[in-house]
Amino acid sequence: MTETPGFRWFRRITLTFLTVFTVMPLYVLVVTSVKPLEDVRGLFTWLPDRLTFRPYVEMWSTIPLARYLTNSLVVTVTATVLALMIAILAAYPLARLRFRGKRVFSMTVLSTQMFPGILFLLPLFLIFVQLEEILGIQFTGSYTGLIITYLTFALPFSIWMLAGYFQAIPEGLEEAAMIDGTSRIGALFRVILPVARPGILAVGVFAFITAWGEVLFASVLTDTETRTLSIGLKLYTSQVDTLWNQLLAASLTISLPVIVAFILVQRHLVSGLSAGAVK
Amino acid sequence: MSTTEEPRHRAAQEATEPAGPESGAESGARKRRPRRSFLPYGMILPAAALELLIHIVPMILGIYIAFTSLTQLTIRNWTSAPFVGLENFVQGLDPGGALGSDLFQSLFRTTVYTALVVGLSWALGMAAAVSLNTRFRGRGVLRTLFLVPYALPVYVAAIIWAFMFNQRDGMINRLLVQDLGLVDDRPFWLIGENAFWVLVIVSVWRLWPFAFLMLLAALQSIPEDMYEAAAIDGASTWKRFTRITLPMVRSANAVVLLVMGLWTFNEFNIPFLLFGDTSPDSARLISPFIYEHSFVNWNFGLGAAMSVLLLIALIIASAVYVRLVLPKGRGND
Repeated sequence: MTETPGFRWFRRITLTFLTVFTVMPLYVLVVTSVKPLEDVRGLFTWLPDRLTFRPYVEMWSTIPLARYLTNSLVVTVTATVLALMIAILAAYPLARLRFRGKRVFSMTVLSTQMFPGILFLLPLFLIFVQLEEILGIQFTGSYTGLIITYLTFALPFSIWMLAGYFQAIPEGLEEAAMIDGTSRIGALFRVILPVARPGILAVGVFAFITAWGEVLFASVLTDTETRTLSIGLKLYTSQVDTLWNQLLAASLTISLPVIVAFILVQRHLVSGLSAGAVK
Repeated sequence: MSTTEEPRHRAAQEATEPAGPESGAESGARKRRPRRSFLPYGMILPAAALELLIHIVPMILGIYIAFTSLTQLTIRNWTSAPFVGLENFVQGLDPGGALGSDLFQSLFRTTVYTALVVGLSWALGMAAAVSLNTRFRGRGVLRTLFLVPYALPVYVAAIIWAFMFNQRDGMINRLLVQDLGLVDDRPFWLIGENAFWVLVIVSVWRLWPFAFLMLLAALQSIPEDMYEAAAIDGASTWKRFTRITLPMVRSANAVVLLVMGLWTFNEFNIPFLLFGDTSPDSARLISPFIYEHSFVNWNFGLGAAMSVLLLIALIIASAVYVRLVLPKGRGND
């Protein structure tokens, strides 16, 4: 596309503004995490007067950060993997097969996106408590309840995106495999999934980010042992003070893996999205 | 909401085979293997069961609770909480009552907030997507950078901004008062009228990369030769944007705006993380408002009634939106 000078100026201004807007908080995050607490308390300084990495050491002992990190990882990874498996199974018939109730199913799944979380927070808690009494499985205060909840939260968007993605794959690929005697499920696993890998990756990242950042349900469904990061980080704040340098050091530490993972898959994310869902 | 997927179906079908590939495959499969008819149900079963357990049943139970006077006194034995009919709705909806007028104020405020956040996020996302859909040095770096706020856990984003706005001597006040001299007296941000604008800024910071990502993906599926043809015809940059880009990303736009609108209207995390249990009046969105009544004032029945009202409002808004914005997606199956 040919670029006019006007467009070049538009691009320059847009990108400069957005870069400053994006970077400013990230800069504050990094610079505050390497200041001693006394320097964080006064007026904000753009550069640290004294550079220290002690917040990165102390943050592990101020609160049980390692345990919260483990909890978050267990819950999020399990929920993401399960959500992907279940969404792949559900998206395939939506994309390829014709069956009664297909529209009802896809509409119901999509409309759950509209439900305010606040509406079913308490009912879900009550149902979990009831199920505990009937089944004898611990749902509240354990990983189980949180995993089931998060994986279901990820389902509508995942199913919707994967169905679009599968639809964009030429039907001929599976037909060829099925003529060779492979079953439909076999064709799904051996033909469709390898081709759809970028889309699946993109969906997985969305599911992971959703679960990793969830706050509301974590606050009700966890206890002191199973607390996830979103709730645990609050403990850097006591009644009198917030240990901002440690809090931000911990925030940066737990964000880095997610950001790195996101950066690694972002190329697939854009191509996955453009091939599938957003056409 | 239902019709939002139709343009996608259409586009995806056109992309593969115009002659309805779905029906062909289905009849072929049926000829070969007649027993396949259970297969789709088996495949959607896990998803359907989970949706039922986590979304549908709790929602029905929530609607039931809205008709009871469930409080902290009756929560232990919630199945026997007294049925009070429409009392909670009457109390919540009465614009003359203190609660009703608060609720309507909060709904109005949330509407303004949603329009601002979605509008700004869309505009920034679109501007960035158009800019980064051209070739220049540093494009890959910027694309990655712009996605960072979205990859960041929402609570980390809120923590950083709370720190920047927080104390009277936070970064924002340092910048405005000391460095730029725009304001004489250091304002408070997280209380009073300013809190609303803090909420908008933080929400936009977090949301616009999503719009950017989705719109960039949509832009990349526009064939390059359409622009080349337009350029040969002498169309200006702005003309090319309004005549090619916007129509081509129309269905992506429709979906992105709807999804962002619903997320933003239901936003709970950012106000909760910035302000805690009780938001300042100027920034009390509807979800935190309901949370306050349910879990701070322990009136679950009333909270449930207000959530049901919120859900009804969202359904109506979505239906209107789908009718207005996606007229071509209807009656197309």
